[in-house]
Amino acid sequence: MMDILQILLSESFWAASIRIATPLIFGVMGALLCEKSGVLNLGIEGIFAAGAMCGWMAVWLGAGLWGGVLIAALAGAFFGLIHGILTVPLGLSQHVSGLGVTLFATSLSYFTYRTALPNVSSPPRIEPFRALDIPLLSDIPFLGPVLFQQTAMTMLALLVVGLVWYVLNRTALGVALQAVGDNPDSVDAQGLSVYGLRIGAVMVGSALMALGGAFLTMSAFDAFFFGMVNGRGWICIALVIFASWKPGKALLGALLFGAFDALQVRLQTEVGAMVPGQVFLMAPYVLSIIALVVAARKAEYPRALLTPWFKGQR
Amino acid sequence: MIRIEPRTAPGRWMTLGVPVLSAVIALALAAIPLALAGADITVAYGEMVKGVFGSVFAFSEMLTRATPLMFTGLAAALAFRAKLWNIGAEGQLYLGAMAAVAIGAGAVDIPGIFLVPLIVILGAAAGAAGMAVPALLKTRFGADEVVTTLLLNFIILIFVQMMLEGALKDPMSLGWPQSAPVLDQGMLPQLMPRMRVHSGLILALVLAGIAQFMLARSVWGFRLRAVGENAAAARHAGIGVNRSLFGVAILSGGLAGLAGVSEVAGLKGYLTADLSPGFGYTGIVVAMLAGLSPVGVVISALFIASVFVGADSMSRAMGVSSYLADLVVSMSLLCVLIGGFVARYRITRTKTAEGVA
Repeated sequence: MMDILQILLSESFWAASIRIATPLIFGVMGALLCEKSGVLNLGIEGIFAAGAMCGWMAVWLGAGLWGGVLIAALAGAFFGLIHGILTVPLGLSQHVSGLGVTLFATSLSYFTYRTALPNVSSPPRIEPFRALDIPLLSDIPFLGPVLFQQTAMTMLALLVVGLVWYVLNRTALGVALQAVGDNPDSVDAQGLSVYGLRIGAVMVGSALMALGGAFLTMSAFDAFFFGMVNGRGWICIALVIFASWKPGKALLGALLFGAFDALQVRLQTEVGAMVPGQVFLMAPYVLSIIALVVAARKAEYPRALLTPWFKGQR
Repeated sequence: MIRIEPRTAPGRWMTLGVPVLSAVIALALAAIPLALAGADITVAYGEMVKGVFGSVFAFSEMLTRATPLMFTGLAAALAFRAKLWNIGAEGQLYLGAMAAVAIGAGAVDIPGIFLVPLIVILGAAAGAAGMAVPALLKTRFGADEVVTTLLLNFIILIFVQMMLEGALKDPMSLGWPQSAPVLDQGMLPQLMPRMRVHSGLILALVLAGIAQFMLARSVWGFRLRAVGENAAAARHAGIGVNRSLFGVAILSGGLAGLAGVSEVAGLKGYLTADLSPGFGYTGIVVAMLAGLSPVGVVISALFIASVFVGADSMSRAMGVSSYLADLVVSMSLLCVLIGGFVARYRITRTKTAEGVA
């Protein structure tokens, strides 16, 4: 018991929690934006892979770290555009289209990586984002190491949460976006474009998802591996339902998740001899399912989620 | 003035033509990545065709590859008909495979006429149990089955790894994480001498036939389709929607479990954690390409298997990454989705005056 308390009070534990949560924060915010507009985006898992590969590849080819971030976001927006066109004006099944985008984005990323680097046994490395050292802020006891000695991408993720919250709750665009996910007819009656709003939300959301992937290759690790996304995208989809489509709660969900993951890694070293390591590896997925089951009944779904809307047809 | 309007009913040639055309377009689109990879396109396509039709062995390999895809394709097709989104066939496949080695690798030593059916039934039951969990979570708690089945895939795969290092580990495997082999009399019979194609294929074909008949002609099939087309109306008509959903979940999971049985007891003989290169997920593409028709699943599984086997052989001959096959498979899914839209709507020209009015 003392050990757990000691872990929970340590700076390194909370710093690790936020680090582990970062890709999920990007992914959750991306999924939330898409779903707020009424479009479920199961392309997330593949878009993570595409963001990871494109961001890494851009840096490896010499685009610079922020160049890589930009390329990853553009790649995400591209796959978002595909999903948007298929599900919004064409009104096709959001489930199947999303899975199709995941398969397409994943296989395209893997094929491109293998074609660019046919015979490498150990994946080439890049110089990833380093932990920031902000004068004054980083020196605050406890908070400094936990919050302000993270990489720039973690700072960006936290900034994105604030931005998404602000846009959704304090701007006309946000009101329109929420309306298009609840009652598209009312948006159309206002003379706004339902298609434009939805496709736009899916593209921006997908760009954010890709940043989650880019964090993996450009901040958490320094290379690209096949299968490195490992279900993080699906976890984000579960977390959005858990958070009832509220950005603040989604951030909290991602942080709790990160904390749990950081805790299980530390517990593993404590009780590793008694319990097989796989039990700990399973924990995040089990936790996601539990979170989903607990929240499912109470969740306030965007009312037009999964429902296609066609112009001139009621 | 151009208008898009729905067709009253898509023509018969459309339901057949759309998937075929989608497959052809996806194959043709593969020329772009092939060219970017610097391969001679005509030679590459030639190698792919040779890889499937070049010899009896090549063709039998394609049939071997198509077998698990028929099972997972049927699993997806039945569930999707009821709008039950079982994306967990990959995990259910591993549950079936685990059951097969748990019972077949020496736990009971009985003659083959008893052991083979036992393995098949327990494998299907394991897969069914794997889908019963998300189905219950959906009907009882309203938890979205897409997310739960997707997450269960990861949980089950890690569980397999745990079992392969624990209870199911082959003591003779020198530390390699694999299970003990299925007893010889527990293996599904081979269909051709010196070829790997096995009687799992026959089982898949028979089940596809039964599924087709049941779906089209039975009360069960009618209920299933009613639930899929309009759950609220079905409930109003007195159909037990949750019961129907649970029933199809069991069947879908069982079929996916059989994919695992067929891979272990028909092909590999033992279980490893890399038994399936995503057969569960590819089954979704197979089902969509088949228009969710069980007989169609057989044909589209043969096509997808040809793409995989052909691309593998082309990859060995020309050094182009075999991820090309996954690319073609994913593109055929996107193409058939768009094709489905084209089939349901038609673009008509109307006179401008009418268009304004």
